Amino acid sequence: MYNTNYHRASSVEDAVSKMGSSDDAKFVSGGQTLIPTMKQRLAAPSDLIDLRHVDSMKGITVDGNQITIGAGVTHAEVHSSKELGAACPSIAALAGHIGDPHVRNMGTIGGSIANNDPAADYPAAMIALNATIITNKREIAADGFFTGMFETALGEDEIITAVSFITPVKAAYSKFPNPASRYAMAGVFVAQTGEGVRVGVTGAGADGVHRHTEMEAALTANWTPEAIANCNVDANELLSDLHGDNNYRANLVKVMAKRAVEMAG
Amino acid sequence: MSEGIGARVLRKEDKRFITGDGKYTDDVTNHGQCYAAFVRSPHAHANIKSIDKSAAEAIVGVEGVFDGHQLTGDGIGNIICGWAVNSKDGSPMNMGAWSALATNTVRYAGDAVAVVIADSPANAKTAAEAVVVDYEVLSSVTDAGKSLEAGVEQIHPEAPNNLIFDWEIGEQAATEEAIAGAAHVTEMKVINNRVSPNPMEPRSAVATFDASEDHYTLYTTSQNPHVARLVLSAFYQVAPEHKLRVIAPDVGGGFGAKIYIYPEEIVCLWASMKTKRSVKWTSDRTEAFLTDAHGRDHITTAKMGFDKNNKIVGFQVDTIANLGAYMSLFSSATPTYLYATLLSGQYNIANVHGNVRAVYTNTTPVDAYRGAGRPEAAFLVERMLTTAAGELGVDPAELRRANFITEFPHQTPVIMAYDSGDFNANMDAAMKASDYAGFEARRSEAASRGKMRGIGISCYIEACGIAPSAAVGSLGAGVGLWESAEVRVNPVGTVEILTGSHSHGQGHETTFAQLINDRFGLPADNVQVVHGDTDKVQFGMGTYGSRSGAVGMSAIVKALDKVEAKAKKIAAHLLEADEGDIVIENGEVKVAGTDKTLGWHEVCLGAYTAHNLPEGMEPGLKEGAFYDPANFTFPAGCYICEVEVDPETGTTDIVQFVASDDFGTIINPMIVEGQVHGGIAQGVGQALLEQAVYDDNGQLLTGSYMDYTMPRADDLPSYTVSHETTVCPGNPLGIKGCGEAGAIGSPPAVINAITDAIGNNDLSMPATPSKVWAAIQATQSKQAAE
Repeated sequence: MYNTNYHRASSVEDAVSKMGSSDDAKFVSGGQTLIPTMKQRLAAPSDLIDLRHVDSMKGITVDGNQITIGAGVTHAEVHSSKELGAACPSIAALAGHIGDPHVRNMGTIGGSIANNDPAADYPAAMIALNATIITNKREIAADGFFTGMFETALGEDEIITAVSFITPVKAAYSKFPNPASRYAMAGVFVAQTGEGVRVGVTGAGADGVHRHTEMEAALTANWTPEAIANCNVDANELLSDLHGDNNYRANLVKVMAKRAVEMAG
Repeated sequence: MSEGIGARVLRKEDKRFITGDGKYTDDVTNHGQCYAAFVRSPHAHANIKSIDKSAAEAIVGVEGVFDGHQLTGDGIGNIICGWAVNSKDGSPMNMGAWSALATNTVRYAGDAVAVVIADSPANAKTAAEAVVVDYEVLSSVTDAGKSLEAGVEQIHPEAPNNLIFDWEIGEQAATEEAIAGAAHVTEMKVINNRVSPNPMEPRSAVATFDASEDHYTLYTTSQNPHVARLVLSAFYQVAPEHKLRVIAPDVGGGFGAKIYIYPEEIVCLWASMKTKRSVKWTSDRTEAFLTDAHGRDHITTAKMGFDKNNKIVGFQVDTIANLGAYMSLFSSATPTYLYATLLSGQYNIANVHGNVRAVYTNTTPVDAYRGAGRPEAAFLVERMLTTAAGELGVDPAELRRANFITEFPHQTPVIMAYDSGDFNANMDAAMKASDYAGFEARRSEAASRGKMRGIGISCYIEACGIAPSAAVGSLGAGVGLWESAEVRVNPVGTVEILTGSHSHGQGHETTFAQLINDRFGLPADNVQVVHGDTDKVQFGMGTYGSRSGAVGMSAIVKALDKVEAKAKKIAAHLLEADEGDIVIENGEVKVAGTDKTLGWHEVCLGAYTAHNLPEGMEPGLKEGAFYDPANFTFPAGCYICEVEVDPETGTTDIVQFVASDDFGTIINPMIVEGQVHGGIAQGVGQALLEQAVYDDNGQLLTGSYMDYTMPRADDLPSYTVSHETTVCPGNPLGIKGCGEAGAIGSPPAVINAITDAIGNNDLSMPATPSKVWAAIQATQSKQAAE
């Protein structure tokens, strides 16, 4: 790791101000991607601005059918939250399969979404749940937030403060983990929301997380695992790597979607 | 509770390992210590046009920046392969030069080009990044088969067409004739995948040159510190043998990768002399993937002929072995004498011929990895047998039984003389434990759940102990492979065992002490095992090839014989009895059939006070011994694996794994079971998960655990492990060895099970979900077409 200056932000405003007065700063939350990358000398920010002590970014609120999760909430907290377990068990279950206990106790939902790793789990949930990404500047619909691999709509000094969504009628996430990293090789989040059926796919897409509109239409017509069978998953739009080619991933997307619908009931 | 041979004594060393109190090389810190960081080639193959060190030298804290020309200029010798293998035409192997720091050419991505010595690891790394190397990039090759093709870039001028040797064993004409006349011939192409060794502790070295004493000390992660000292002094001229102390303290796993002497240890010693500072280097995990010697990487085509009674009449094997960019210490022996000598497997085959071409490629050097050649042989033979059984329409177990060797000793056509074994007993036990007979019902039940269930059998044999010195010498080994031990009995009766074996996870501190308990009845706590320090132990050949029990303990037994004889002489003199009537048991020295007794400690004290010794006897009670085995040992066994495959995703779940091994005498069953468990985990890792992968430009894609799949607990089943023992006639304890068996026997059992489950025999390791799914798809398409 190269030398870097550490700053602890006391508030969102403080974090933004510290960002403005730094050379080449990065916000850090759980640090489960950024810190290992820095240790390998693949990232060298001049300054790190730590968001973990910003109280306003913490906490989970269930208000009627409106769920809000602070950006600084860890995966372990999402997984073990009784309120979420009752209101939206699918996202609690998803969080319980991110990384290992160490990662889950450090990593945060805001950090995961801001990083938009193409194999991360949360982005699939965000687009399937039609979530709103709340920043210090605006509110962004998930559909417009994830703009490509490791790319988001966030500006330089923009910080995710929370995410919010309406409790889905039914939802589930099924993931096929990469044998080595245990990130998703294909992860599919299916949800019946107030605004229709939505299917979010992660891990497989050549451009990162995306919706599968053909499956959405099929499931709207017939919410059963069998409805997936005749859907076409275009392998040309999927990744190939040493763990599996795009044809295998196309198969996995269908199998994971089917299993997610089975789990959602 | 007995602490002797056969007792499940808890491991003494685990207290410090489990509480984080082990003392590893990286824990060594010396006054004024500096840190080494290596500048490594980012290219698989390139000429070095120039190296500009000036920016690195200007960085604060940098003590020195050195390159290969300085190293060779100081007379540091090239790294060598210690086993000479000749081609079948009698010509010597074509070994290319390997300088610890490359001088003019780099030959794999990761090849060390220069080293920075600085006052902190961070400064060393930063300075290493500041060294500017101007490369002329050359074309590269990573695949062993392609390496031999015409027009491929030449990697070493000494090795035309990248061929190191073209070697054979057995009778080619007779084997070809036997196969030509066979009633059935099974033909296969079998690939044995390249794997990274991944010991938990990465390699490390701390070198200190003491200018006033003109003496060097090297702490390093070695399975054989004496061999390291010998090679460093005699061949690399880094330091004279009598002025070099090598210490391998606690070592966190070796698996073969820590046998060899690597560039980093050499450079640290040399740099310590250059800078007059203690120099430490500890590999990070990516450096470990890049530079720890890889294992396996064979491409083989083979033919096996059967007569009309399903007896094997001939076995013809043609293997290309990838040795990587340079010849590592035992790289030539692994795919020849440790591989092709086992091609007869457990079977009575009159004609076997093996041809092995070893080639250079632009990859990390390849050498022995747990099993070393024998897993490659077992995988080939056992895949052939199961494939042949399918073609012949017979049960794979019955085909094996029909061909088992049942009489011992048995001379195979490929050098080895098997001394003992009962292959039917191992198979009977494994079939019973796995309920082999009830498998079809389990297959049907699994099918009702949508799962494809399969069963796979593997009957492995290995040659261990490694080995009679004269035999390996005649085959080209540069060293003898005996072992030495010294037993020091202290005046108060406690015992120190100094051994040339090295424990890096095997539990020697426990098992070796069990020998003393068994012999004299002393509590294990009264015994200290000393190893891993060339200043303490006179000499030793180290631990690999499952040799510490069969060879290392035999040396201890020989020394114990001498101690016992002298103790009895002293006791007989003190008790005024006949030497032949003295017995030693439960810590007492007695005259048989009388009440005359001395405490063990009284005899020991007597030896050191020397007040009343037999006429002419030297004082003291300390004996040493060298043991050179008369033959290899031959552990063998039968493994049965049962899997369920999810046809939708190709995921394999091992639902049962049964191992029945014959290891000869077992000293500590708990430790032996642990060895089998760990060995199977590595074998399953190779079969299902692990592969070192290079891209078309020779870049290692699997350079971290994000892409290299290590077996995790949830990838592995609970094993059913048992033993059917035939005592080894070749050594005093009857031990065959257990360290590698699991890794040798398990891969073919796993692959045979999966191919049985999916009904497609065309499947290579690692059988990843994507590969298994593709194989299922291929079968289904074929069936649809029919």
